[in-house]
Amino acid sequence: MATVATRPFRKHRDRPPREDPRRRGTSHRTPRNRPPWWFVLPALVFFAFSVLVPSVQGGWFAFTDWDGVSPVKHFVGLDQFRALWEDAAARDAVGTTLIAAVAITLVQNAIGLLLALGVNARIKSRNVLRVFFFAPAVITPVVTAYLWKYLYAPEGAVNALLGAVGLDGLRQDWLGDSDIALWSVVAVVIWQFAGYSMVIFLAGLQSVPQEIYEAAAIDGAGPVRRFWYVIRPMLAPALTINLMLSIIGGLKLFDQVWVMTQGGPGGSTDTLSTVIYKQAFQFNKYGYSIAMGLVLTLFVIVISGLQYWLLSRQEKKSS
Amino acid sequence: MNRYTWRTGVLETVMILVALVFAFPVYVLVSMALRQEGDQSSPIAPPSHPTLVNFGDAWRQAGLGAAITNSALVTAGSVVLIVGLAAMAAYPLARSTRHWSRGVFAVFMLGLLLPFQLALIPLYQTMRDLGLLGNPLALIVFYTGLQLPFSIFMYTGFLRALDSGYEEAALMDGCGPVRAFASVVFPLLRPITGTVIILNVIFVWNDFLTPLLYLSGSGRQTIPVALFGFVGQYVSQWPMVFAGLIIGIVPVLLVYFLLQKRVIQGFAGGLKG
Repeated sequence: MATVATRPFRKHRDRPPREDPRRRGTSHRTPRNRPPWWFVLPALVFFAFSVLVPSVQGGWFAFTDWDGVSPVKHFVGLDQFRALWEDAAARDAVGTTLIAAVAITLVQNAIGLLLALGVNARIKSRNVLRVFFFAPAVITPVVTAYLWKYLYAPEGAVNALLGAVGLDGLRQDWLGDSDIALWSVVAVVIWQFAGYSMVIFLAGLQSVPQEIYEAAAIDGAGPVRRFWYVIRPMLAPALTINLMLSIIGGLKLFDQVWVMTQGGPGGSTDTLSTVIYKQAFQFNKYGYSIAMGLVLTLFVIVISGLQYWLLSRQEKKSS
Repeated sequence: MNRYTWRTGVLETVMILVALVFAFPVYVLVSMALRQEGDQSSPIAPPSHPTLVNFGDAWRQAGLGAAITNSALVTAGSVVLIVGLAAMAAYPLARSTRHWSRGVFAVFMLGLLLPFQLALIPLYQTMRDLGLLGNPLALIVFYTGLQLPFSIFMYTGFLRALDSGYEEAALMDGCGPVRAFASVVFPLLRPITGTVIILNVIFVWNDFLTPLLYLSGSGRQTIPVALFGFVGQYVSQWPMVFAGLIIGIVPVLLVYFLLQKRVIQGFAGGLKG
């Protein structure tokens, strides 16, 4: 979108016909224009050191009984995964992570879309509101989490506000009650990142040609039908990006939980990431922890792959 | 269509009300930080005797000066490396269509899918063996490796759409490939470099889990970890804690408000894919 829009015109139209169509841009006919291959080496070294090698190691350690200290690792096959399956707390964490990720994805995008439609209209404050709604997304999650921890306290601002508007019956121990703690955490993530979804939808909305929209209005289509038949199909790419980003972010959820509840009360807000952290650095069960990391990896790959496949099929259909 | 009708007015009112709801937590953050210690009035009431003393206290108690320096160091180091290495790597990856080039590109893109929770623990062990735990250098190395795939992805996309005529002209004029890159190609990448910088600065500045692991207990913490420890220690003194939280986010908010258009554009368009 915005950043990719600058495409200079091509000078060389007389390219040889056998050229690979994927080679957009221009020719490689000048024999000397071969960017040195070793340019990729420094990047490759850093990438291999901090991502590739440790990830492969992780994939291997998940099948061992490594305790993080002793250099000896025994291959134990699927034992860690069996233990994981039999561990009710781990199963709960998987469930919690999936519920949180789905809830965040749905609500954050719904709110983000409404905000985008609102600030895309001809209201006078739209530029100020855009900057304003996106602002929480750049704030350190640790800070927003502490802020909300205070707001959620039994004598905190949320309860005070409910009291002030006469809704005393709704006062809760927002983070102390294991039935609602997870939803309280999810609400914070949504508050923080709804503006992020908004700016991506907004970029999509700006690609809707104004003439088509106005033509539909003149033909008598109301706002709802205009949204459904004119805007919605054009928003498909933005929706794909938004859903992918929020589901992956939701699956990795850590900061907000760690600051607000550390997984409590009673493990009700433990996510895969908090359990990974606890198992490794509080209980020294590294092999077990990495097995959970591998489970998380599989979730991310399978869910985002599935989503991408479904959405790109939709996109093709609607275009 | 383009007139400001009564409907637009209603929408405007609704949006401003929504904005006020969004802003409520921020209002509490600021009003709390301005309170005097021991002010027991309701958390939603404005401070009765506003004071700035909490900011000074928080600055001293939390060692925020040192933490901001560390964060700035780690952020600057990582972003310089990310920009330099990603732009360099993207150049042959975008221009060459050979097998090795496509293979290497695919390997980098694999990095977009792997959650870093998987690499975190084995890398922790490696860093410990190398004696890098507690050293901000560990973070710089880690962030560089972690953020390269995404940055290379952005640079490659931009380069593929960029005319190679300029660099060819430079090569004709007897410029070596290294100089052609440094003085012709890299300057042409400026728009995308801006986006890459913004996205990485915000990511590195805000990250919490990595420094929590690699720097904990070292006294060389970055802002999120320093705030985490600070709040744990002074948990009942909310006015001072909130003043500390505000100090911690001022740098990144400053960047945001100064470059708001670029930041929003970067986030909206940068993640295309």
